Amino acid sequence: MTELSKIRNFSIVAHIDHGKSTLADRLIQETGTVQSRDMKEQLLDSMDIERERGITIKANTVRIDYKADDGETYVLNLIDTPGHVDFAYEVSRSMRAVEGSLLVVDSTQGVEAQTLANVYQAIEADHEIVPVLNKIDLPASDCDRVAEQIEDVIGIDASEAIQVSAKTGQGIHETLESIVKLLPAPEGTRDAPLKAMLVDSWYDAYLGVIVLVRIMDGVLKKGMRVKFMSNDTLHHVDRIGVFRPAMQVVDELGPGEIGFLTASIKQVRDTRVGDTITNDRNGCEVALPGFKPAQPVVFCGLFPVDSAEFEDLRDAIDKLALNDASFSFEMETSAALGFGFRCGFLGLLHLEVIRDRIEREYNIELITTAPSVIYHVYMKDGEQIDLHNPADMPDMSKVDHIEEPRIKATILVPDEYLGDVLKLCQDRRGIQEDLTYAGTRAMVVYDLPLNEVVFDFYDRLKSVTKGYASFDYHLTGYREDNLVKMSVLVNDEPVDALSMMVHRDRAEMRGRAMCEKLKDLIPRHMFKIPIQAAIGGKVIARETLSALRKDVTAKCYGGDATRKRKLLEKQKAGKKKMRQFGKVDIPQEAFISALKMDS
Amino acid sequence: MTDLLDDWRNGGFGLYVHWPFCQAKCPYCDFNSHVTANIDQKQWVKSYNQELARTPEALRGRVLNTIFFGGGTPSLMHPDTVAAVIEAAREIWPFANDIEISLEANPGSVEAGRFAGYRDAGVNRISMGIQALNDEDLRRLGRIHSVAEARAAFDIARSCFDRVSFDLIYARQGQTPQDWETELQTALSMAIDHLSLYQLTIEDGTAFGDRYARGKLRDLPSDDSAADMYQLTQDICAAHGMPAYEISNHARPGAESRHNQIYWRYGDYLGIGPGAHGRITMGGIRYATETYRTPGAWLEAVSKGTGESLRESLDHSEAAAELLMMGLRLVEGVDLDRYASVAQAPLEQEQLINLANLGMVTISDRRLCATDQGRPVLNAILRDLLVG
Repeated sequence: MTELSKIRNFSIVAHIDHGKSTLADRLIQETGTVQSRDMKEQLLDSMDIERERGITIKANTVRIDYKADDGETYVLNLIDTPGHVDFAYEVSRSMRAVEGSLLVVDSTQGVEAQTLANVYQAIEADHEIVPVLNKIDLPASDCDRVAEQIEDVIGIDASEAIQVSAKTGQGIHETLESIVKLLPAPEGTRDAPLKAMLVDSWYDAYLGVIVLVRIMDGVLKKGMRVKFMSNDTLHHVDRIGVFRPAMQVVDELGPGEIGFLTASIKQVRDTRVGDTITNDRNGCEVALPGFKPAQPVVFCGLFPVDSAEFEDLRDAIDKLALNDASFSFEMETSAALGFGFRCGFLGLLHLEVIRDRIEREYNIELITTAPSVIYHVYMKDGEQIDLHNPADMPDMSKVDHIEEPRIKATILVPDEYLGDVLKLCQDRRGIQEDLTYAGTRAMVVYDLPLNEVVFDFYDRLKSVTKGYASFDYHLTGYREDNLVKMSVLVNDEPVDALSMMVHRDRAEMRGRAMCEKLKDLIPRHMFKIPIQAAIGGKVIARETLSALRKDVTAKCYGGDATRKRKLLEKQKAGKKKMRQFGKVDIPQEAFISALKMDS
Repeated sequence: MTDLLDDWRNGGFGLYVHWPFCQAKCPYCDFNSHVTANIDQKQWVKSYNQELARTPEALRGRVLNTIFFGGGTPSLMHPDTVAAVIEAAREIWPFANDIEISLEANPGSVEAGRFAGYRDAGVNRISMGIQALNDEDLRRLGRIHSVAEARAAFDIARSCFDRVSFDLIYARQGQTPQDWETELQTALSMAIDHLSLYQLTIEDGTAFGDRYARGKLRDLPSDDSAADMYQLTQDICAAHGMPAYEISNHARPGAESRHNQIYWRYGDYLGIGPGAHGRITMGGIRYATETYRTPGAWLEAVSKGTGESLRESLDHSEAAAELLMMGLRLVEGVDLDRYASVAQAPLEQEQLINLANLGMVTISDRRLCATDQGRPVLNAILRDLLVG
């Protein structure tokens, strides 16, 4: 229980690689929260994938005791928020849990699109924002230019920006002092009913679900019965504590404090980010504003490469879902791929993270089908269908019109690459909404169809700008367009997993590209194989894969019998990585590679 | 369980003797060959004979159909060495009246000087590694003989032996179907009754394999062009009365290599010498055997009792896979009833019908044969039949 005036809660807003995690490490180290010998790089990013990609997926928190220059000891609570656009809602909740932000900008690079998105979230949450210019030890550092850019682009005063090198430790003390002096203390009433925000939650094999909370009013104590207001569930609190960053049990958490509770909760699903936690009886009347259940926007099929692993995949998905309420799934059967799951994700990064975790942590090789969005299909009889999977597209003659989700995309790019970025956006059916300059960097805003972005837009953007562009988006709504389902036929058999929704004007181009790709990806067979793209019954592109003419071991003496047999046994394993469509074997990588558009 | 007690009789029984030395290693060759300055031929005779002496009792009563000296370069063996091994074999097995004793020879002048000695030792068939009839290509293949030397050696071989075969490699770097046709016509004008015509195959772990991996092996014919050359080979040889009887082997009827047919008909063969493989049936079980690969390791192992490094029993499906894999290389194909008895299950009818409809195989009188169209893609056929 800490006095409100001695608490400072803050988050760090930064672009990937601008040094957020390193700065957090230094703050923890400087205050002696963790002994030097226990320090490991990027203390807060705990998942392998987070460490490898240098991104944060779950909100992490650490409580730091800091003895300031004024002689008082303050409790600083840092919430490390997810930095990616896929997790915008989670970010917004984390922002509401703290009163201020450090805006960390790489002084050799400048402001990036993702920083913008998160800083606007911070501004929306009424944060006091302290600009921090990082990496000042590097020769390319240009603090004046970057400070000016912060003022121009974001519109906050950067004249007092702290100059820091998280690497050498320079400016760390000043940063801590600024947190104490510039950021406001939290407000709250101890004698009110409990009102706490559920900031994040995750599953722990020993403790069950761990719930990260920010106490707004009232007091949270061990042994209390609490109510989660969004679903009216009751829980008996069996443990409360704080992160330093290891878990440390405490007796109670009061207003302004950030910590965790456990209550023998078995599923993360039951704990929704943004929910309000209160007393079981005589609780608060009104929940905290802004709660939203998770809404997946990108869908794809996940199928085991080896169909015998379906049950293992089900297990893996069940377990991952325990820890990730935003990920939805239902069983799917594909004529081509057998049994699998149609899964919904918050965005592409979320999709990749889940896929990587299944492959890595559960050791199941996956076939991932083309990512799709939710189309609104309006039938002539007035019915409206939410289409998650192009394979389920109804007969076009019964369809009145189709709407697709649109996004507003903000891209920041050095002006020498602007032409390529504009071309990319135009090619993806974008409508330009804004184009402004900040120094030598352009900021473009485009209205784009989400389905043109879900697949490889970000990869293409990185490649045409040599990695210098930054990108952020949010959904804006649905709009009607001339959309059709393009199916792909291999040896005259439709391959459902390759069918996709495309804009009519782009169908021929996509169809041709797809057929050409497949021709390279499918190995030759003993017969020639036509590969076609079609809309309804009309073929719009066609390639022919010629028949295999030579595949024989020239010299095979007695001794070779073993080797040859082992080779066949190896091919038996290799064949598991193929899927059979009629008489044709299609390698698993074809399902994703065929969709990539090269230029 | 039906045992395989007598299944080997469908193929016969032979002895393979591996001589592991070469004067120089060829860049395309992945066989077990080593280059060394000093070879103690007496030591090798002793070791071969020790290996023969440990022949299991179960194999001793059989009639021996063939002996094959392979390598390496067996024409580096002293004729006395060859004679001693043949004599030791005769002590163990009664020889068939028409026993075939083959030896692989390099077509150089020094080797040719030993041909009469091999004949006197009992060898009655020579297989010469001529490989190309063009000096530039011989050099590129790393061969140490010239075309003129090869032709001279071939003439000497003909004067010593009734049965002389030679090998050529085609689909070489820069070779066109027209080039190959000309070369093949010359070869056929020289040939007596048997030719082995191999497509150049780039194997891992060879000098060519390394160069290929680094993108340095240029001008290899495309698969389509190589397939054209294969077809050309079939047509021209057949027109000259030497049709293919196996993927890469052509003979006048009756002049086929009987030793190799034991492999392809999946008979039994004992393999001795470094890196030799064997298939032997004992007590109704088929065993695969291997020996130590390097000459030093093999000699040492033999001195301690056995050169064998592996003897594993093959289960029904493994033995059946080998029977099919080897047998479909032959134009005569595989007896489906024999397959079913080895595999303890018939081949899947659906796959057979699919392949027959594609024109890849034929089935008549319970024999399954790969067609002229099917043999060049035999690996794909086997994948369909065995992998499913």
